[in-house]
Amino acid sequence: MAENVLRLEDVTMQFGGVVAVNNLSLEVNRGEIVALIGPNGAGKTTAFNCITGVYEPTNGRVSLAGEVIVENHPQGKMKTMYQGENSGKYTGVVRLTPDQITQKGIARTFQNIRLFGALTVFENVLVAKHMRARQNFLSAAFRLNKAEEKRMREESMALLEEQGLAHLKDEVASSLPYGLQRRLEIARALATDPKLLLLDEPAAGMNPQETQELTDFIKQIRTEYDLSVFMIEHHMDLVMQISDRIYVLDFGRLISQGTPEAVQNDQRVIDAYLGVADDAED
Amino acid sequence: MLQQKSKKGAFLALVCVAALLALVVALENTLDPTKNILLFTSLKKGAVYALVAVSMNLLNGFTGLFSLGQAGFMLLGAYTYAILTIPVESRESVYYLYGGSAVKFSLPDLFGGADTVPGLVLGVLIALILAGCVAAAVAWLIGLPVLRLKSDYLAIATLGFGEIIRAIFQWDKLGPVTNGANALKNFPTFSSFNITNADGQVVFRLSTFVAFLIAAVCIALIVLLINSSYGRAFKAIREDEIAAEAMGVNLAKHKRLAFCVSSFFAGVGGGMFAMFANQAQAKTFTTAMTYEILLIVVIGGIGSVSGSAIAAFLYVAASEWWLRFLDAEMWVFGIKVPFLRTGFRMVVFSIIIMIVVLFFRQGLMGSRELPDLFRRRPRKSPRKAGEHNG
Repeated sequence: MAENVLRLEDVTMQFGGVVAVNNLSLEVNRGEIVALIGPNGAGKTTAFNCITGVYEPTNGRVSLAGEVIVENHPQGKMKTMYQGENSGKYTGVVRLTPDQITQKGIARTFQNIRLFGALTVFENVLVAKHMRARQNFLSAAFRLNKAEEKRMREESMALLEEQGLAHLKDEVASSLPYGLQRRLEIARALATDPKLLLLDEPAAGMNPQETQELTDFIKQIRTEYDLSVFMIEHHMDLVMQISDRIYVLDFGRLISQGTPEAVQNDQRVIDAYLGVADDAED
Repeated sequence: MLQQKSKKGAFLALVCVAALLALVVALENTLDPTKNILLFTSLKKGAVYALVAVSMNLLNGFTGLFSLGQAGFMLLGAYTYAILTIPVESRESVYYLYGGSAVKFSLPDLFGGADTVPGLVLGVLIALILAGCVAAAVAWLIGLPVLRLKSDYLAIATLGFGEIIRAIFQWDKLGPVTNGANALKNFPTFSSFNITNADGQVVFRLSTFVAFLIAAVCIALIVLLINSSYGRAFKAIREDEIAAEAMGVNLAKHKRLAFCVSSFFAGVGGGMFAMFANQAQAKTFTTAMTYEILLIVVIGGIGSVSGSAIAAFLYVAASEWWLRFLDAEMWVFGIKVPFLRTGFRMVVFSIIIMIVVLFFRQGLMGSRELPDLFRRRPRKSPRKAGEHNG
C-alpha cells in the first residue's frame, strides 16, 4: 500500500446553515501529484483552508503522514445546526494554528498571490526559514548565533538559484511580473521544507506558454524536493497532463475521483461542469 | 561578500554615532549653557523622543500593529525610575502628604549614594532597565487580550490603557508608592552627570551626552532586532498576516514580542523623560504625548528608524525653540507685527505640520534609512502586477 502523506476523513465545513464542504474524504500519497477540481464555489479553497488550519472544520479529521493535525466534531450551537454526516464518529479535538501546521510540513500558496510586497525576493524566502531557526530573539538581536543566520541565508540563496530567481534577489517582491511572483510564492513555500505542497490555482492568469512552463516546473520540484503536491486548478490541460489522480468536488461533495482519463469520462463530472440538459430523459 | 558589506556598514554607523556623541560633548562644553538653554533642552528632549518614537515605529511601522499606548508605558517607566532612585533621605519631604514612602530603599544609595560615581551610574542604569522591564511586563499582560484586536480596535484599546494607567497612578490610595497626584522629584537627572569640583561648580558637562548615549544604545538595540530574523518576521506580519502564518511565523508570539520590546524601550524612554523633566508626574503623560510621538513617527516615515530619530529632533526643536520668537511681541520699523502673541507659536507649528504631511506623504524618509540616501542603487521602476482573482 502506498504511504499516504495527507488524509482527509469526513471533513465537513459548515458556515451557519451553509455546508461549504460536505463529508470530504481523500488521500494524497507520497510523491503523487493530486488535483482537486470543481466548478466555482464547489468548496475547493475552503477544503484547503481546513487542511492548513485557517478554518476549523465542523466535523472530521485531517492527518499528515499518520499524525492527526486537525480533528473536530460539532459542538455547542453547531450540535443542533449540523447538517453533515458522521457527526458521532469523531470525539477528539485537535486544533493546530496555521504556523504549527506549516512546521509539521504542509506549505501552501494562495489563490490571490500573497507575497510580502515591500520585502525583497531574498527576504521573502528568508522569512520562511525563520521558524526552523534555532535561536531566540535575544540571541538573534545580539548576533550570538551567526552560524544560524549564515545557514538561513545560504539555504535561501541556494533555493533562489535553483528556482532561477537569484538574479532578482534584491528586487522588491511587488515589482516582479506576475509569472515570477507566482514562482517566488512557490519558492517561498519550498523554503519551509514541506512534505506536502498545496497549490491554490497556480496557473490562474497565466497564458498557455506560462502554463506549460509551470507544468514542467511542478514536475521538476516534485522529484527534486521529494514532495507530494495537492493542487486546485482550473486549467484542464495542466490538470490532465500532470495529475496522477483527480478529485472532483461539486457543491462541497466529492462527485468523482480517479485517473485523469476516468474523471474525464465520468458523466457526473461532465454534468457538473456543463450542466444537465433539460431533455436528458428523452 | 554579503557579510563583508554589513560589517563595513556597521562599522561606519558606529563611527558616525561616536562622532555625534563627541560633537555633543564638545558643544556642551564650549557653548555657554545659560545662553543656550533652549538648544540643550531641545537636544535632551529630542533624544528622549527619538528613542520613544523609534520604539513606537518598531510596533506601528515594522510590525503593523497600530498601538497608541506609548505614553502609558512611558508613565510606567518614569514612575518606576523615580520610585527606585529617590534618595532615602529625601523620601520624607517628597512624600510629605503620605508620611513617607512605602519603598524604603533607593538604588543609587545601595551602591554608595547618588553623589558617588558607581552609585549614580549603576543606580540609574539598573533603574532604567527595571523601568523598561516593568513596562514590558505590563505590556505582556495587556497584550494577552488586546493583541487579538486589529488596526483601529487595537489603537482604541491601547489608548484606553494609557488613560487607565494615568488614572491609577493618581489614585490617592496608592499615595505611599506613587505620591498620588503630586510629582516625584529629587531623583538623579541628566544634570547629575555633570562633573563638579569640590566647590560644587561644574567643570565638565555630560548631561546632554548621557541622554544621547542612552538613546543611541537603545536605538542601536532596536535596529539590531529589526535587522535580525525576528525583524523580518515582524515585517512579514505587517505585509500579510495570513501569508506570514502560512510561512510558519507564530503570530501571537511575534506580536507579543514586538509589543513587549516596544514597551520596554518606551519604559526606558519614560525614565529618561523623568530625568529630563526633573520630575515624574502622571498628568504629563497624556494622550497628547502619544499623539506627539505618533506625529514624529509619521513625519519621519513609518518604517524608518533614522526618519523617526531625525523627525524627533526637528519636531522638538521646532516646537520648543525655533518658533519661540512668535510668542513675543515684535516691532519692525515702528510697526507692531500682527498676530504675534503668546500661543501664536503653536498656530504656526500646526500649519507647518500640515504642510509637511501634505507634501511628504511618505514622511521625510519614507521607509528608507539614512544610509540609503547616500547609496546610488539602480532599481527598476516598480511594475505593479495585475490584480488577478482566479
